Amino acid sequence: MGERKLMRGNEVIAEAAIRAGCECYFAYPITPQAELLEHMARNMPRLGRTFVQAESEIGAINMLYGAAAAGVRAMTSSSSPGISLKQEGISYIAGSNLPAVIVNIMRGGPGLGDIAPAQGDYFQATKGGGHGDYRMIVLGPSTVPEAGELTILAFDLADKYRVPVMILADGMLGQMMEPVELPDPVDPATLPKKDWALTGAKGRDPNIILSFDLDPEVLKQMNLVLQEKYRKIEDNEARYEEYQTDDADIVIAAYGTVARIAKTVVRRARAEGIKLGLFRPITLWPFPYEPLRELASRVKTVLTVEMSAGQMWEDVRLAVAERAETPFYGEMGGVVTTPKKILSEVRKYAR
Amino acid sequence: MPVNTENMVKVFGRPESLTDARFTYCPGCHHGILTRIIAKAIDELGIAERTVTIAPVGCSVFAYLWYKCDAVQASHGRASAVATGLKRANKDLIVISYQGDGDFASIGTAESIHAANRGENITVIFVNNQIYGMTGGEMAPTTLVGQRTTTTPDGRDPAYFGYPIRFSELIATLDAPVYVTRQALYDTRRIMDAEKAIKKAISYQVEGKGYSLVEVLSTCPTNWHMSPLEANRHVAEVVTEAFPLGDLVDRGG
Amino acid sequence: MERSVIIAGFGGQGVILAGKILAQAGMDHGLEVTWLPSYGPEMRGGTANCTVVLSEEPVGSPIVDEPTDLVAMNLPSLDKFEPMVARDGTIVMNRSLIERDLERTDVRPYLVDVHPLAEEAGSSRAINMVALGAYLKATGVVPLEVVKGAMARMLEEGGKGKFVPMNEKALELGYEAV
Ligand SMILES: Cc1ncc(C[n+]2csc(CCOP(=O)(O)OP(=O)(O)O)c2C)c(N)n1
Ligand code: SF4
Ligand SMILES: [Mg+2]
Repeated sequence: MGERKLMRGNEVIAEAAIRAGCECYFAYPITPQAELLEHMARNMPRLGRTFVQAESEIGAINMLYGAAAAGVRAMTSSSSPGISLKQEGISYIAGSNLPAVIVNIMRGGPGLGDIAPAQGDYFQATKGGGHGDYRMIVLGPSTVPEAGELTILAFDLADKYRVPVMILADGMLGQMMEPVELPDPVDPATLPKKDWALTGAKGRDPNIILSFDLDPEVLKQMNLVLQEKYRKIEDNEARYEEYQTDDADIVIAAYGTVARIAKTVVRRARAEGIKLGLFRPITLWPFPYEPLRELASRVKTVLTVEMSAGQMWEDVRLAVAERAETPFYGEMGGVVTTPKKILSEVRKYAR
Repeated sequence: MPVNTENMVKVFGRPESLTDARFTYCPGCHHGILTRIIAKAIDELGIAERTVTIAPVGCSVFAYLWYKCDAVQASHGRASAVATGLKRANKDLIVISYQGDGDFASIGTAESIHAANRGENITVIFVNNQIYGMTGGEMAPTTLVGQRTTTTPDGRDPAYFGYPIRFSELIATLDAPVYVTRQALYDTRRIMDAEKAIKKAISYQVEGKGYSLVEVLSTCPTNWHMSPLEANRHVAEVVTEAFPLGDLVDRGG
Repeated sequence: MERSVIIAGFGGQGVILAGKILAQAGMDHGLEVTWLPSYGPEMRGGTANCTVVLSEEPVGSPIVDEPTDLVAMNLPSLDKFEPMVARDGTIVMNRSLIERDLERTDVRPYLVDVHPLAEEAGSSRAINMVALGAYLKATGVVPLEVVKGAMARMLEEGGKGKFVPMNEKALELGYEAV
């Protein structure tokens, strides 16, 4: 492990990617993820790796498609409006069974919105923002150190399943600083070889990477292969954290920045005698339905809190399936919720 | 005693079509001068009531605040496409698209070229400040060779990042555009030239002649890390070397 | 123990850097810390602030609606954040720019004339370090020497090592002023 350093969320994601062996990074500037780009601009060329400031987010996602097809670890990053532009490319990457990492430092929307922290891109990330029957692993870091850990995990999962993986964080996580200890760098040369990659058909049959077939029966088979992979991911990769849920009457369901704010709420509520806990999905897809369902059968209330109009709330209700009441509290437009606001919501459900 | 204004000549006034809203631009930024020039042209042509301005994404995202005209805000780079839609839907509108260099010449490349190539009867004002001002000073497609930005910390190396793009020259190779010109604002003479060019460009649209593009070399004292005066001098002495001033095409006369 | 401070002022008064130095020093001192800046166009000539949380436990919310402390470098900041400060909290305010007195009577006020002290240290730009020095003395949250060390390291890393002695002096003058 390296030394403990005070770092910004955006820088930690960039540095963690470098240490995970990311050889190519492509992006177009956008607030609030500027420092991610700047860290890559400063460090990738120095390491003999690739940093390209693309002409647009569409350019960047397709550069990612190309680099992934060439078999190297590669990443792009942006914020909400830019991520919208990447959707077509993400669909291609998923349909072509390519590993790639995409970072979304979310801001307020829709449209141009603002640059303040928000969580309004949950549907887009977890339900398929692009076209077709595809899925993408979505990781929701809640602290700066966790952003580093999940970035490294993202590269590993992407390679393991040959899928796109998204880090879904918000502007607050991108901008804030916290002490972080990052692991030692991986030498890309030591990573497992990808025999499907486009390296030149020397001494083997050509490798072809595509996401299409005009014969519906063949395309159906290709889709079934994807679906089988997705079931395997659902069975093996759902991750979550439970905090003070053992004796809880009420639990907050929240992810990312909101979940860490909610931890303070749990402590304050308990000081008032309210038995409050927190359920925090770490993978937003696959969503940890089973553990939440199990928890819901032991509590009275599952209060979903988001910085959106209620997007993860739909997954929470699917999981809880009437086993507990499922109210919602959210802020929108980049307004960040606070411990006080959440606590006053919690009090409504406490007896 | 009331002042007798009868024999006075008004040499400097606030253009009628400019609102009272305060500019959001940094001190010494040319975006402000350019905004006034456009308002003046709108006044002189008497078209405020049928003009629609398009605000881009960039430091001029608030452009809709400055004119007493209808306005729409477009997504990053797509203003020329939005302009096309407006004009095709209602040809009586005078459509002015105001776009930064990142907006017009990078992310919007396809929309920019194809609006010009179709000869849309619109006017595009293209603000070339060689930087992404709004997002904090990243490299623009127009960033000069050797120029330091937050994403070219050692200066723009053409072997790694390519050369500054001369987008107006690209547009000038097309058959459709009626007027393509590059102007600057670093001294009074250039400002007067730019006023003439912008008025001409918009009047071509009023006359139904077709597409015009006015590129304006502009400053960004904040992200160039220069005083406004140094920035003016930099445009005059350095930027105009890479981006020569003058008309590239004028088929309107 | 958990302390949270909002450091607020005009863009250009160095409040963002003062917060970073405090966070770095807190970490050096073995505390858990978070540093959260205001960001975006409001920094362009407008107001700026940052929130630092220092704790012996892992930090929950980095966003603070009841800070234990406030360092207010201008009047708009005092107007905005004074009502939020926790009871018995600490408010360090820049007497050079803020003429009004505190409305709160349930907090501990420290009125520091930061500008002359910064000038004495060598530059009016050092007002942020004067205020930080005063804050350290008022709260004892991190020892002065640790902060000096963090400041020196951060300035040196940023290629601004030559300003270290001036900023040290400013921290000391602020520290002695309360
Ligand atoms: C799709 C999308 N990508 C990126 C951004 C972020 N962004 C906002 S303004 C801007 C660049 C502005 O530069 P320019 O067009 O040169 O205008 P200037 O601010 O320099 O006048 C960028 C990249 C965005 N808002 N939307
Ligand atoms: S950042 Fe640059 S382009 Fe934007 S308003 Fe300021 S000086 Fe003008
Ligand atoms: Mg620009």
